[in-house]
Amino acid sequence: MQPFYRLTATACPLPYANIDTDQLIPARFMKRSRAEGYGGFLLHDMRFSDDGTEIADFPLNRISCRGSQIIVARRNFGAGSSREAAVYALVDYGIRCVIAPSFGDIFASNSVNNGLLPARVDETDAEELMRSVEESGAEVAVDLEKQTISAGGNTVPFAIDPVWRLKLLNGWDDIDLTLNQADAIARFTAKDSIQRPWAVPRVP
Amino acid sequence: MAGSPSGPRTLFDKLWDSHAIVTREDGQTLLWVDRHFVHEGSFHAFNKLKERGAKVAHPELTFGIADHYVPTRRSGRSIDPAIQNMIDQLEHNTSENDVMLFGLNDPRQGIVHVVGPEQGLTLPGLLIVCGDSHTSTHGAFGAWGFGIGASEVAHVLMTQTLWQRKPKRMRITVDGTLAPGIGAKDIALSIVARIGADGAQGHAVEYAGSAICALSMEGRLTLCNLSIEAGARCGMVAPDEKTIAYLRDRPFAPAGDDFERAAENWLRLPTDREAEFDLEIVLDGSEIAPLVTWGVSPEDALPITTAVPDPASIPDMGKAAQIRDALTYMDLKPGQKLTDVRIDRVFIGSCTNSRIEDLRAAAEVLSGRKAKVPGLVSPGSSLVKQQAEAEGLDLIFKEAGLEWVESGCSMCVGMNGDVVQPGERCASTTNRNFKGRQGPGARTHIMSPAMVAAAAVTGQLTDVRHLIEERT
Repeated sequence: MQPFYRLTATACPLPYANIDTDQLIPARFMKRSRAEGYGGFLLHDMRFSDDGTEIADFPLNRISCRGSQIIVARRNFGAGSSREAAVYALVDYGIRCVIAPSFGDIFASNSVNNGLLPARVDETDAEELMRSVEESGAEVAVDLEKQTISAGGNTVPFAIDPVWRLKLLNGWDDIDLTLNQADAIARFTAKDSIQRPWAVPRVP
Repeated sequence: MAGSPSGPRTLFDKLWDSHAIVTREDGQTLLWVDRHFVHEGSFHAFNKLKERGAKVAHPELTFGIADHYVPTRRSGRSIDPAIQNMIDQLEHNTSENDVMLFGLNDPRQGIVHVVGPEQGLTLPGLLIVCGDSHTSTHGAFGAWGFGIGASEVAHVLMTQTLWQRKPKRMRITVDGTLAPGIGAKDIALSIVARIGADGAQGHAVEYAGSAICALSMEGRLTLCNLSIEAGARCGMVAPDEKTIAYLRDRPFAPAGDDFERAAENWLRLPTDREAEFDLEIVLDGSEIAPLVTWGVSPEDALPITTAVPDPASIPDMGKAAQIRDALTYMDLKPGQKLTDVRIDRVFIGSCTNSRIEDLRAAAEVLSGRKAKVPGLVSPGSSLVKQQAEAEGLDLIFKEAGLEWVESGCSMCVGMNGDVVQPGERCASTTNRNFKGRQGPGARTHIMSPAMVAAAAVTGQLTDVRHLIEERT
């Protein structure tokens, strides 16, 4: 996984609360192979009208937001369905960081597993960042090591689980960490089969 | 320390402790997974497995179920090749890994969160995961169920474990007696409306109180199912005699003396008297009215006796803009009475409300009446369908003018082609009223099965209590 250290990039404001994963990628696109790329499906029904043309005033479609690698949104970003395809759509589009006051838990976990930083900020800081980006179109700098976001001369802190921070900084993959725990897992299962014999399904 | 293995513990603490393999200094804990359900959407995870040349580590704890993409009209129709491919991929991935599959033509097929409990695969004290956010459903049995993404599905397939940080503990207590016509769906929507769609984020929720204990297992499943709509990591109800009675003689549950010994264990799981929670919420069950959603998030729920909110009266500009946006999408007017909202169709089904009790509640309202709008009834599993037909419920739905179809996720998520048409308004027993959830441009109002039945009869959002009164 690609590590995340610092990022200075164009940010796009999405002034909506509860952008759920059904919005991030509508279900009908999820039959496709990841190899085809999911970027074109990102926020599809908000970005495109029924005839497939871009909705000009939707933030991501504005000229000032082209090439954005950062999104700033309102509370509860990524709520709902556990579909990791929502993260694939963001990542394949080119987004590497989402800044919001709160995230759906499953979405946040999926993000970290794909090198996408879910940066939690205060509601007032999120509003201020959106206003700043909206007015000046300025670039935003995200520093994961220092846990700061800078835009328009202001710097604000952001929160992230310390374990997720380390994982993103190092680009770690959980599976490799877990395979190193094989002995601990074997000790657990040996003890567990005595303590909870009923936990294994009966074969009818 | 509250919640330590030696002190008084909550139900969740007990499950956490019994699954922790190793805890790192930074608090990350490796947990053992007892059951892993996979479905058609799990193909990304199986592809990750293939990339590593790995196989499923514990096929005996992994179960495949075809539900998200399965057609609900199966005889004599050709299936869309892209949808057929999703079903074929699941068959291929499970058989290649020796994983048992409840496939399209299996008589036990159904929605994963209906089939798990029905087959006795869901048991108290288990840690259950699935690449589906409504895995919280299984908490109805005092199990710890939660949804995970594809990377985590791959991790569980390869290791039967998962790294987690311990969530905070929240107790939601609902005491009092529910009024006639009010059910688990109304309790759940009341909670989401009260605390918000992110109100339980980062928390493991335990539901307690006399109104919760009084719920049937079906009702508890509906309640725990909707935990994720409040953002919770999971939702649980402590196992009791009702739980034990439900599980006895289920195919995959322990049998004979093994069952009795297991049951003794399960009845020791409820929260200790002195145990503490990080957050407590209390609701009065007797005050809960039938709820419907008016907006595009499950938190946008109101009693049917009220009106659509007016953004002009909301001082918070962000919130007002959000309401305005929702009302535009839903084509509703500020201040409009909810009972004045006309609907185009109904849907009864989904992992939230498709169990036998849900079908009975809807059929009771529809019996001897005609639906003014078209609609689909999709039972939660093929066995629920069989049971409903044995009780003659299918005839009630058909005589009312609704379509009685096979089991699957169907019109809740629209992946199989069962969609609400653009601009159409659907009264639905499902879990999400997100924009486009039931199809592009679809407008969804979530409510209980009885309330959907009432809406079908009148062609508009309706207080089911009036239709119940007419009968008495």
